[in-house]
Amino acid sequence: MPSATLPSSVDDVVELLEKHDYFADRRLATSVFLALKMGRPLFLEGEAGVGKTEIAKVLANALGRELVRLQCYEGLDTASAVYEWNYPRQMIEIRLAEAQGGVDREALATDIFTERFLIRRPIMQALVPHRGLAPVLLIDELDRTDEPFEAYLLEVLAEYQVTIPELGAIVASSPPIVVITSNRTREIHDAIKRRCLYHWVDYPTAARELAIVRRKVPGADLRLSREVVAFTQRLRAMDLFKAPGIAETLDWAEALVALDKIALDPETVANTLGALLKYQDDIGAVSVEVATQLVGEARLEAAAELGS
Amino acid sequence: MTASVPKSAGEPRLAENILHFTRVLRAAGLPVGPAKVIAALQAVEAVGVERREDFRAALESVLIERHEQQALFDQAFELYWRNPRLLERMMQMLLPKVYTRRRADAEAPLPARLAEALVPPRSDAREAEPEEVAADAAFSFSPREVLQGKDFETMTAAELAEVKAMIARLRLPLPELPIRRLVGADRGSVIDMRASLRAMAKAGTSAVPLAWRERRRRRPPLVVLCDISGSMDRYSRMLLFFLHAITNDQDRVHTLLFGTRLTNITRHLRRRDVDVALARVSAAVSDWAGGTRIGACLAEFNRRWSRRLLAQGAIVLLISDGLDSDVGEGLAVEMERLAKSCRRLIWLNPLLRYSKFEARPAGIRAMLPYVDELLPVHNLESLKQLAATFARPHATRGTARAPGFASRRAA
Repeated sequence: MPSATLPSSVDDVVELLEKHDYFADRRLATSVFLALKMGRPLFLEGEAGVGKTEIAKVLANALGRELVRLQCYEGLDTASAVYEWNYPRQMIEIRLAEAQGGVDREALATDIFTERFLIRRPIMQALVPHRGLAPVLLIDELDRTDEPFEAYLLEVLAEYQVTIPELGAIVASSPPIVVITSNRTREIHDAIKRRCLYHWVDYPTAARELAIVRRKVPGADLRLSREVVAFTQRLRAMDLFKAPGIAETLDWAEALVALDKIALDPETVANTLGALLKYQDDIGAVSVEVATQLVGEARLEAAAELGS
Repeated sequence: MTASVPKSAGEPRLAENILHFTRVLRAAGLPVGPAKVIAALQAVEAVGVERREDFRAALESVLIERHEQQALFDQAFELYWRNPRLLERMMQMLLPKVYTRRRADAEAPLPARLAEALVPPRSDAREAEPEEVAADAAFSFSPREVLQGKDFETMTAAELAEVKAMIARLRLPLPELPIRRLVGADRGSVIDMRASLRAMAKAGTSAVPLAWRERRRRRPPLVVLCDISGSMDRYSRMLLFFLHAITNDQDRVHTLLFGTRLTNITRHLRRRDVDVALARVSAAVSDWAGGTRIGACLAEFNRRWSRRLLAQGAIVLLISDGLDSDVGEGLAVEMERLAKSCRRLIWLNPLLRYSKFEARPAGIRAMLPYVDELLPVHNLESLKQLAATFARPHATRGTARAPGFASRRAA
């Protein structure tokens, strides 16, 4: 159900997100609440696979808003992020004017640079309400673009407006909810961060991760879920190049379900480790002995929790 | 009395001198293009030359565009327009006299950039004293040549001070690489539809020359890992001056020091003033002149920093003598990872000054197969060579060479 009302307390946010399968910790929920309340962009930083992008999707869904996603990449420019002129149509327009003869050049120049010929890209789309509600604008992996694009974003984030030289400033009637994510492959400029509410998204606690696995992989046996979580939590404590995120935990749980496993054993772990660890060195570090030991510990822990 | 000077006699000389002054500024590193020269002439014309301060302010407002340029401008101005009876002097002034004046009070030290800008290597002195000018240049430049080849380790304090000044002027011409962003260009490879259509609309016909765009080029980020252990002590202090110079010369330079621990000092080096910057660095670093744990420090870099700093095709400068207290333990693995995460890995090693240098120590043997280039870094000349290395087209990996042994990088 689309609802124009925003959550009125942090508890409301936790509840709302949970209803849409997102288990946020209290700190994240507070940041989200403040972002909505104060109308500030939310800047989420954290390791890959901890659910940064997901929060924007869930927010859009929970608040009944359109999700407008801008995936950043190196060389992203205004033509693909903000707007572009519809060149083929403009060309036809010029041709038609030529064919009719008696072209008024000045008029033509203003004619072909009107909204009719404008192609709206994500940032401009986000300035327009959909079904009466301002959309959620997700600017994903901002660290992949370069500084010039960041500088451009400043105007958008400060004024919620886009300036087109030929048309002037286009202002959002109601500001979108903005979520920016970064994997921190480089530092984002302070000027951007200053305008945002910053939150570092960490790996989840065991209890929260279990809740997520139970909800997202309902096919997994309770015991298996507990063992998977206990094992992954132990892996994160190891000295790895890239520790597994929640996304990897879920992948792994699904892989194990697909293999019809109801409990962990060292051999299965060794065969499916590629779902959890993405660097050969890391996989090498989890030798048979290490895996055996971790599986043993995980099973003990899961058994203890099940028993209690 | 100044007002009584006939304009026809004064003006061409004044214009010429302003022109020459802007050339001096340009040679000293200020971005002064032809447009600014014209603007400077117009500004002086508007303000007049009756009052020295007005004249100065007029030039200043046109020629400076950042606060950091103020100091250089001030010194250049003082030096060039020295005579308080400004206009009178201009009437007589001939270019070579600038040099002779400079000699008169050589005891006042000049910023080296400015000195060099004022005394160009080839003087086109039209009148008077060509020999003296040459002598002057030789006098101030010859000790420099001696210093170029001298090992940092054997320098006196005075020599070190002078080398510091020279290092501050060193620039690293990193190769510019095409990035995925387009800019307008006369002869580009992509059609700029927007500009073309605007031209068409203006012309009212589709028969207009197309506007073009091409890929912009940009210098890649530079990451410097500098060893500050006991064996590197004397070098690393000099190298810090070098690192400060390059950090402030271009964006996207990151510097980390390591001995037994790894410390990121990038923020401290961004301080403009070299003494302030280095004071902050020494406060931040706790393991000066201690042991070296290269493997452990590289491991920490790979885990904590590499993904944040090496993402956009960075070049890594590893400055170390390769003498490792951990005897190369775990070093090869970390070197391999480092080499795989960056565009180019360059190892600067002061030990290369010994012609009989051999890759005996375990640490050096572990590191060598993974570097793209191995260069000496013990004196000013070697720092200059480093600049030349960057200017050269890319060496492909596996071609690292150093006197005395061949590359061992695995194919």
